[in-house]
Amino acid sequence: MDALDLARWQFGITTVYHFLFVPLTIGLSVIVACLQTAWHRTGKHEYLQATKFFGKLFLINFAMGVVTGIVQEFQFGMNWSEYSRFVGDVFGAPLAMEALLAFFLESTFIGLWIFGWDKLPRRVHLACIWAAAVGTNLSAYFILAANAWMRHPVGFTVDEETGRARLTDIWAVLSNPHAWSTYLHVVAAAFIVAGLFVVAVSAFKLMRARFHGDTGTPGEAVPAGEPGLFRATLRTGLVVTAIAGVLVSLSGHHQAQLAHEYTPMKLAAAEALWESEEGAGFSLFAVGDVENGRNHINVQIPYLLSFLAGNDPGTEVDGINDVQGQLEEEFGPGDYVPNVAVLYWSFRLMMGLGLAGVALSVLGLWVTRRGRLPERRWMYWAAVLALPAAMAANIFGWILTEMGRQPWVVVGELLTAAGVSPNVDLGEVALSLSVFTFVYGVLAVVEAGLLWRFVKSGPSHLVPPRDSESDTEDDSDTRVPAFVY
Amino acid sequence: MDLPLIWFIAIAVLWTGYFVLEGFDFGVGTLLPVLGKDDTDRRVMINAIGPVWDGNEVWLITAVGAMFAAFPAWYASLLSGFYLPMLLILLALIVRGVAFEYRGKGDTDRWRANWDRAIFWGSAVPALLWGVIFANIVSGVEMTAGHTVTSGLLDLLTPYALLGGLTTLSLFTLHGAVFLSLKTGGTVRARARSTVLATALVAVPATVAFLVWTQLAYGNPWTLPLVVVAVAALTGGVALAGLGREGWSFTATALTIVAATVVLFGSLFPEVLPATIPAHSLTVANAASADYTLTVMSWVAVAFLPLVCAYQGWSYWVFRRRITRSHIVGASSGGQSTPPSGAARETV
Ligand code: HDD
Ligand code: HEM
Ligand code: HEM
Repeated sequence: MDALDLARWQFGITTVYHFLFVPLTIGLSVIVACLQTAWHRTGKHEYLQATKFFGKLFLINFAMGVVTGIVQEFQFGMNWSEYSRFVGDVFGAPLAMEALLAFFLESTFIGLWIFGWDKLPRRVHLACIWAAAVGTNLSAYFILAANAWMRHPVGFTVDEETGRARLTDIWAVLSNPHAWSTYLHVVAAAFIVAGLFVVAVSAFKLMRARFHGDTGTPGEAVPAGEPGLFRATLRTGLVVTAIAGVLVSLSGHHQAQLAHEYTPMKLAAAEALWESEEGAGFSLFAVGDVENGRNHINVQIPYLLSFLAGNDPGTEVDGINDVQGQLEEEFGPGDYVPNVAVLYWSFRLMMGLGLAGVALSVLGLWVTRRGRLPERRWMYWAAVLALPAAMAANIFGWILTEMGRQPWVVVGELLTAAGVSPNVDLGEVALSLSVFTFVYGVLAVVEAGLLWRFVKSGPSHLVPPRDSESDTEDDSDTRVPAFVY
Repeated sequence: MDLPLIWFIAIAVLWTGYFVLEGFDFGVGTLLPVLGKDDTDRRVMINAIGPVWDGNEVWLITAVGAMFAAFPAWYASLLSGFYLPMLLILLALIVRGVAFEYRGKGDTDRWRANWDRAIFWGSAVPALLWGVIFANIVSGVEMTAGHTVTSGLLDLLTPYALLGGLTTLSLFTLHGAVFLSLKTGGTVRARARSTVLATALVAVPATVAFLVWTQLAYGNPWTLPLVVVAVAALTGGVALAGLGREGWSFTATALTIVAATVVLFGSLFPEVLPATIPAHSLTVANAASADYTLTVMSWVAVAFLPLVCAYQGWSYWVFRRRITRSHIVGASSGGQSTPPSGAARETV
């Protein structure tokens, strides 16, 4: 165990943690904006309740996204100084653009939205949540373009004198096929998570209303309007998830094609495909022998992998042993094989867990058609559990992407081992790793507790059901802000 | 003009914006236990910065992002070289950001007291450490020829750096007290005004000593007038606060922070991180990215920085009115935020 290993663990832990909140922020901001737009258009009180209720949950999540994001930005310099020195010229630009174009928009307009209820004219207030939602969805593009560049570096040269990368074409970096393909994939995956979040919360509330608590004794009456409200949001969440599911599959297919073309090692490792093969099957379950480069057991769906990689069941897919040989020729002796077992299972868990949620949403739309609601209790629980499954799918997707890039930090240019800070010792990284892990652990409990509490108490607590709409358009100067803090 | 110089200036501008803006919200956080005698007072204080603190923090994110893009070697050496202070700042910013958002969402006294503590430490620690870090940037560190910082934590705690820390902490606290006297009404405002004078007893001598030391040891001829401006604005600001001219007083303390930050960056130039062995120093020239990157960044900044300033300015304008206890009480009775603690049981 040396500073390098710990720095990698720290990066993995803090980024995965950041990415627990990111998908919800991306997706929920838009969903909340849509709910508020619906309220604005129709004036229906239920939409106001839904906006405030999901808005509150969104804010609880958003705060965590913000504070964990700052760590990410500093971490490159703290733990990966040699990497930063090498890539700053190319990689810093999208990061700085993200801050200037997106983070300012996001933070300023969220502030206006939180405090602007009853203070800003309604239209302006609605525009604020949209500005924040657009900012959030924009910010994702820049960071993903930076990340995609590490997998498929374009638009740069390496300076002979300083040995640092130099940007030569910003458009190449921003229009990198890996960037927009990843963007589609990640944003679609984010909407799956956000859609299922709405589904899980709604299903939970409906279940409580229907089955009167764990003991089966009749509970107190549910506030008026809530079952109708949550039925509507349940359907909304299901629709969002189903649409996003189609997009995630199409973009995932495209990602696999890109991997086939540019990072064959990753695809081969993700499939535990040792020898090159035409008409390769998609493995469902394999027990491999990494030492000797072969599988003991491999259950396959014929031709599917070739189709995934090349849009044609006859495509030849490179195997690990062959790519290893090519890479040795190109970069000299070394081990270029990433962790096959981790990649193989990450790939399956990403697809399996994520698409299970999508399948559930399609079934859910059927089960809830024309005013119906599920009869069985377990169906509600399945809807609730789809949420953690989709979040896990996102994490496994990133593990696939990042571990699949190993041993490189910038493919073909810089090895991960060469990117770490030389002056930061084991003790310092161990300290920061343990402190972050501890603080993040405590905050996770606090955050989950708050979400739980607000979900339980429900929307009627935030906005009493159907009060008289007395809000007249008086002079905004005399109205006080909503004091949320 | 050459691009690296422009970007050196741009980064100085971003840091200045950060210190002026987050300076007062750090100050408010630091004063929370002092001025907030009861929960309503503390809510008045927190809500005074509520809509804007996150936007203020993005100045830091942008400043650091711009350093990464425009001077990668500066970014790399600085953050890895000042590992532990940076770690502390990150932790402080984490608990502080969460605290603002979560404090009002629970309803026990212990819950709020814990978050109040998080706000205090989360504000005071970075306010102190930024001064320590910037003093070290100006005075220089031990570096190898490859620009790897080798100074340890204890090397960073020189008398000059500690004075720098005291300066930023006290100056931001003063700035925050002036902000509160401008933005709140009633008891909090009255207490904030008397705190301005008390804080000035530390802030004025510390700032004067730190700036004079900086000027004598590291300054150049054109930073001298700025030292004078900073000191004049600071004393003027305190006097104006005493006279009840809060708007002007806030302008003056903001000007003090602007002038002091410019003095620091001016003393640094043309280096960005001096080394004890001069040949190893990082300079504007040897730390900069290639011209192409800087050109791209310049276009982005020219297009978007004015826009950012415009909408951030607008958000300050929207929330320009003073906040008093009656607002908080009025809002609370509307059942704004916390679910009743018994909610769980009631709905089961
Ligand atoms: C796919 C999207 C995505 C990815 C891969 C990342 N982030 Fe992130 N980030 C977001 C999407 C996002 C967001 C959705 O826009 C957040 C989440 C909550 C928020 O406020 O914005 C955010 C917040 C956020 C913030 C706080 C912004 C604020 O104060 O408003 C910073 C500084 C970063 N991120 C930086 C990073 C860095 C350096 C990353 C690389 C490891 C990173 N993020 C990965
Ligand atoms: C937000 C989603 C992301 C997740 C969940 C994620 C996940 C991970 C994981 C699990 C590792 C550890 C890999 C290993 O130990 O082999 C890692 C490493 C790393 N990732 Fe990411 N990553 C994300 C985004 C990014 C982005 C956007 C960048 C660059 C901008 C990035 C750059 C790196 C670097 C530099 C390392 C350390 C070197 C290494 O061990 O590979 N990651 N990441
Ligand atoms: C048809 C199903 C899917 C396919 C074929 C697929 C394919 C892929 C591939 C090949 C990658 C790696 C890209 C690379 O490293 O070059 C990837 C990454 C990823 N996947 Fe999927 N995926 C699918 C479904 C999902 C689902 C359902 C989710 C989440 C709900 C998801 C979330 C992610 C994430 C977050 C990443 C990391 C970011 C990225 O590189 O795009 N994927 N996917």
